Amino acid sequence: MNPRNVGEIEDADGIGEIGNPVCGDMMSFYIKVDDNDRLSDVKFKTFGCGAAIAVSSMVSEMATGKTIDEALEITRDAVADKLGGLPKNKLHCSNLGADALHNAIEDYRSKQQAGEKGDQDG
Amino acid sequence: MREVYLDHYAATPVVTEASMAMAPYLDDKFGNPSSLHSWGDAAREAVEEAREHVASLLSADPAEIIFTSGGTEANNTAIKGIAYASRKKGNHIVISEIEHFSVLHAARTLEKLGFEVTEVGVDGDGVVSPAGISEALRPDTVLISVMIANGEIGTVQPVKEIATVARGEGIAFHTDAVAAAGYLPLDVNDLGVDALSIASDLLYGPKGAGALWVRHGLRLMPLLDGGTQEGGRRGGTENVPGVVGMGVAARLAGEDLGKRAGRLASMRDLLIERLPRAIPHLRLTGHPTNRLPWNASFTVEFIEGEGMLLLLDQVGVAVSSGSACTSRALKGSHVLSACGVPAAIGQGSLLFSFGLDNLPEDVDYVLEVLPPIVERLRKMSPLFDKFLKQGGGQDSTVQ
Repeated sequence: MNPRNVGEIEDADGIGEIGNPVCGDMMSFYIKVDDNDRLSDVKFKTFGCGAAIAVSSMVSEMATGKTIDEALEITRDAVADKLGGLPKNKLHCSNLGADALHNAIEDYRSKQQAGEKGDQDG
Repeated sequence: MREVYLDHYAATPVVTEASMAMAPYLDDKFGNPSSLHSWGDAAREAVEEAREHVASLLSADPAEIIFTSGGTEANNTAIKGIAYASRKKGNHIVISEIEHFSVLHAARTLEKLGFEVTEVGVDGDGVVSPAGISEALRPDTVLISVMIANGEIGTVQPVKEIATVARGEGIAFHTDAVAAAGYLPLDVNDLGVDALSIASDLLYGPKGAGALWVRHGLRLMPLLDGGTQEGGRRGGTENVPGVVGMGVAARLAGEDLGKRAGRLASMRDLLIERLPRAIPHLRLTGHPTNRLPWNASFTVEFIEGEGMLLLLDQVGVAVSSGSACTSRALKGSHVLSACGVPAAIGQGSLLFSFGLDNLPEDVDYVLEVLPPIVERLRKMSPLFDKFLKQGGGQDSTVQ
């Protein structure tokens, strides 16, 4: 087990969280978006089993360098395929990485919109 | 790399004397114990000798031993077999909340068939109270089942006291001794129980063999209908090599019980004493002192058990975890939950089960390799993050 991109981005442009510890899986994704709308940095923290950690790591690798529109197209199935498949019973619970990433992108977009609105008001 | 196997609750190696004793029954002594010729005689004699050894471990009469395919079948036979046979007397069964699945799920199957089941809770140390059992009894209760000791948290139950309650009410009392046999002295008459299950594979015998002891006179409907094997209480040709191996393992366990238990308990105590000092936010589960000699079980807060298990495996250490992700059921441990351990904390459970092949140096190795693994996983954990940001770090006793 050697996950990549573990950690947190201090001044993240978007943060996405999913899951809860009671169910045994919880993921936080942090993204940094550059001027060309590309994900220049993706980091994560995960509380969960081996599969959940592997999923998080894979999502972070798949997303880094992609535009946010491309990143939104990363699906649970694509992540599982890229990992060479996941056990059936893990497909639902542990495969939350893509959702957490999408949440981070949504967070980024809502912050952008709030920012633009703020600019207009000012 | 050092290899440290600390998962003896999952499987024990077969002791050489047992595997050597088994070999001829996989070879030229292949006869069927029910056959009347000399091939049959050889097999039958071996099975009966094994029966004596198993009975002796329990201070029981050999005629009261039913060989099964393991602990699960022994428990199923007891729960379903006694319940079916007493159905005319009543419809109610009492078990504890922390029974092994082979008791718990057998009882739940009976529920679907119209029986009523009361599951009695435990205290924070995982102890079933005899008073709690007594309160759960009804005029139509026909069976009580409470284990000798729980393998997941180690807690030893007051089975003798519960047997007194059962006897006073004239209710059959079964106990699951799978985790305890070979490690705690078991005398069926001293315990005062009516049925008791054991398994071969936790006492250095082969897998696929177990036994149910049933007191003379207690009615039991067979789980497996078939021929007249095992006194008509368990059909099917006996697993002769397995039974032979189990017999040898039981004999050795009985001869060596005090010494074995002492050795295991000293390694257990070393780990229980030192691990909480090496890892903050780690807690012992189960009873602090009255526990199985081989069992050291903990919860490690803010991380999940499977991550620890996999990283420990990478450095040669085998353990298990009761966390949801390691059980394919994807549910947290029912035992920890019954003890009041919050679900999120229960996800970080670790079970070290010591065995005869372990050395005190194995404890040192765990103390060396586990703390950095926990640290690494905590750095990865959003929960630990939140805890630190809430100013947790300073307080070492987090509830």
